[in-house]
Amino acid sequence: MSRDHKHRHQQLKTGITVALLGNPNSGKTAIFNQLTKLRHKVSNYPGVTVEQKSGLFKINQHSKGIVTDYPGTYSITPESLDERIVAEEILQWIHGNSPPDVIISVVDASNLSRNLYLTTQLTDLGIPVVLAMNMMDRVQSKGTNIDIDKLKKELGVAEIISLSAKKKWGFKELRAAIDSVSAMSDFSPEADCAIKIPEDIRKTLQPLILLLEKEFQYSSMLAAAQALRIITRNSAFDLYAHLKEIDSRVTETLLQNILNLRDQAIEELESLGHPHRVLEGTIRYQRIDDTLNDISFDTNRFVKETTKSERVDKVLTHRYIGPTIFVLILYFIFNSVFTWATIPMDWISLEIAHFGEWVLSKMNPGSLRDLFVDGIIGGVGAILVFLPQILILVFFLTILEDSGYMARVAFMMDRIMTKVGLHGKSVLPLMSGYACAIPGIMATRTIDSWKDRLITILVLPLMSCSARLPVYSLLIGSFIPATKIFGLISMQGFVMVIMYFLGTVTAFLLSWIFSKFIKVESKSSFVMELPPYRIPIMGSVFHQVYSRGKLFVKNAGQIILAISIVLWFIASYPQIPEGHTGISKVEYSYAGRMGKMIEPVIEPLGFDWKIGIGLITSFAAREVMVSTLATLYNIEDEENIVMLRDSMKSDVDPITGDPRYSALIALSLMVFYVYAAQCLATFAIVRTETNSWKWPMFMMAYMTILAFSASSIVYQGGRLLGY
Amino acid sequence: MKTIDELNIGELAIIIGFNGNAELQSRLVEMGINPGVLIRLVKKSLFGGPLQLKIREYYVSIRKCDAKDIRVSLHES
Repeated sequence: MSRDHKHRHQQLKTGITVALLGNPNSGKTAIFNQLTKLRHKVSNYPGVTVEQKSGLFKINQHSKGIVTDYPGTYSITPESLDERIVAEEILQWIHGNSPPDVIISVVDASNLSRNLYLTTQLTDLGIPVVLAMNMMDRVQSKGTNIDIDKLKKELGVAEIISLSAKKKWGFKELRAAIDSVSAMSDFSPEADCAIKIPEDIRKTLQPLILLLEKEFQYSSMLAAAQALRIITRNSAFDLYAHLKEIDSRVTETLLQNILNLRDQAIEELESLGHPHRVLEGTIRYQRIDDTLNDISFDTNRFVKETTKSERVDKVLTHRYIGPTIFVLILYFIFNSVFTWATIPMDWISLEIAHFGEWVLSKMNPGSLRDLFVDGIIGGVGAILVFLPQILILVFFLTILEDSGYMARVAFMMDRIMTKVGLHGKSVLPLMSGYACAIPGIMATRTIDSWKDRLITILVLPLMSCSARLPVYSLLIGSFIPATKIFGLISMQGFVMVIMYFLGTVTAFLLSWIFSKFIKVESKSSFVMELPPYRIPIMGSVFHQVYSRGKLFVKNAGQIILAISIVLWFIASYPQIPEGHTGISKVEYSYAGRMGKMIEPVIEPLGFDWKIGIGLITSFAAREVMVSTLATLYNIEDEENIVMLRDSMKSDVDPITGDPRYSALIALSLMVFYVYAAQCLATFAIVRTETNSWKWPMFMMAYMTILAFSASSIVYQGGRLLGY
Repeated sequence: MKTIDELNIGELAIIIGFNGNAELQSRLVEMGINPGVLIRLVKKSLFGGPLQLKIREYYVSIRKCDAKDIRVSLHES
């Protein structure tokens, strides 16, 4: 792998570099995928690309380039963490740290004026900009005409390309434009394209502009733009402080100078009656609106127009109907995860059993055969059964996000979320947590308030992820009767929904408590675009489902395989000496002794030593509980490959003769899994995202306490009630 | 003169300016919610939650408390 990697890296170094920049939802990732033929996740939710990704692409028959897709941003003066990443990068470019040869400024042509704001910021940088007008198919179908040539001249971009990432046209022209623009050695837009600052304002900025020109050798255009930005926003100045590591010209004294000139300018501006916080925005939009007026493009006329999405929202975000629909959708998803998957699951488990029988008949009896059948096929097979459920869950979540519905959920939920100490934008990360906590935690980067973001991260692992699904599913399938409540609702599906509900409600409750105790200074705001509804691109949805499924199978093939093998050894050895009776094979083994050792601790929760072994192994990943139990039962049953559900049901206490497990124990164990912190990968990502050890430790601690207390309440309470 | 939260659903108005001196103004203006621009109040959500506006060519939601700081004048349609 390392040689391959090196080779790739060398190739990457030689090509033309292209940066894709644009607003959230402008379709950058779709363009990236089309150029590189890679398949990155596209979405219809602001800020889904939280990390930059690079890929090789063909410019023409002879040359290749590297294109990098950056997180969507409304402005290069940052508001949230994902925007900060872009802003920092761009500042490094203008200080000489590997700037791209060409910037592709991606705009949604059906939302032109707001998208062009970022474009005007980019043209000031002195790097040639190709304006990619995406979604032109929709503009044309609406019959709007845009005078491209005039626009090009007024904006000072090197080229304008009309394209449609969805309909896949315009890409040949885009490649050609990249080729020709990167060949221009000295592109400079016409002088009158530079940002037009009214004379009285320019006068107040002049000292700062001169300083930037002198110290950093900025062009006058760039110096004016940067000065404007520093005065408008504190965050723009903060970025300079981070520049110290890469640019020796940035010193403490210089920073102090900039700060002094800034404060002086702000004071003068305020006395002239120009609020400094809206300075850059007002000046740039003035220019954009003038430009669009020149090409007779009237932005205000769209305000009166009711779009299709608005009509759909009459129902979907209706005051009362909207939230009801949301709850019904959630119920439908979790219920169908359980009910729809039964057929493929039964089929997979039957095929695995057949395969086990086949191996059993072909291999000679002995330890190796036992390892294969009991350890590997038993353990890994028990996990693979749950693949259909995970695919169904990810499918639904992807549809919700890609259609644009999740932004509406954030809109509807913001009030409730703020009441419990979260943020409207916490909804998407929390719901991603139903699939896996890790992408969920990454997605919190779109939340601009640090306190809201931290609390979202801390409670996110309480959302039942897909690794818990196998555990719930096994226990529900084995111990919850398949009856109907009121002859209508499936009991098993209902218990499944309850488990998801329990985790979610606890997450809200705890965030409310945390918000009272965590004292972090940060302001919270909620300015969120509601993108138009779009029919999800099925190829992209299936790719998302596929990669999630692949990850699950890969895990089964690596972590779970390894654990199953190790487990098989420690659960098979030492073997019982001849004549030793009254104790089972597994009980006598190392694993059995380990389980017996922790049994006293977990007995109040209703768990025995077998579950104890599973609790230890599932520290690597939650689903390992299932493969562990499967391996243990397979070792005990020497003859056959066993069905885990049947073995658990028929397991009896050797002393009393009663069934070992009951519905109550199953419930207690499921509740334990709702709360317990059992995922090392989550711990690691919380460590990186919060940049501290304190928060991941705190998360582990509260989750463990919660798991033990809730589980013992369920078990002991149930016993008291006579179950 | 009114503020956005005082508008009725469906009403058109022109933004005049902002009250106070909140950081948020920078973001609003960057997203094209700047003085001189026409807006339409599309929806108010339950329990005093966010408002949905149409501005330029797109829909945006802002919190009610932030809407209180945006001054507008009614626009005759």
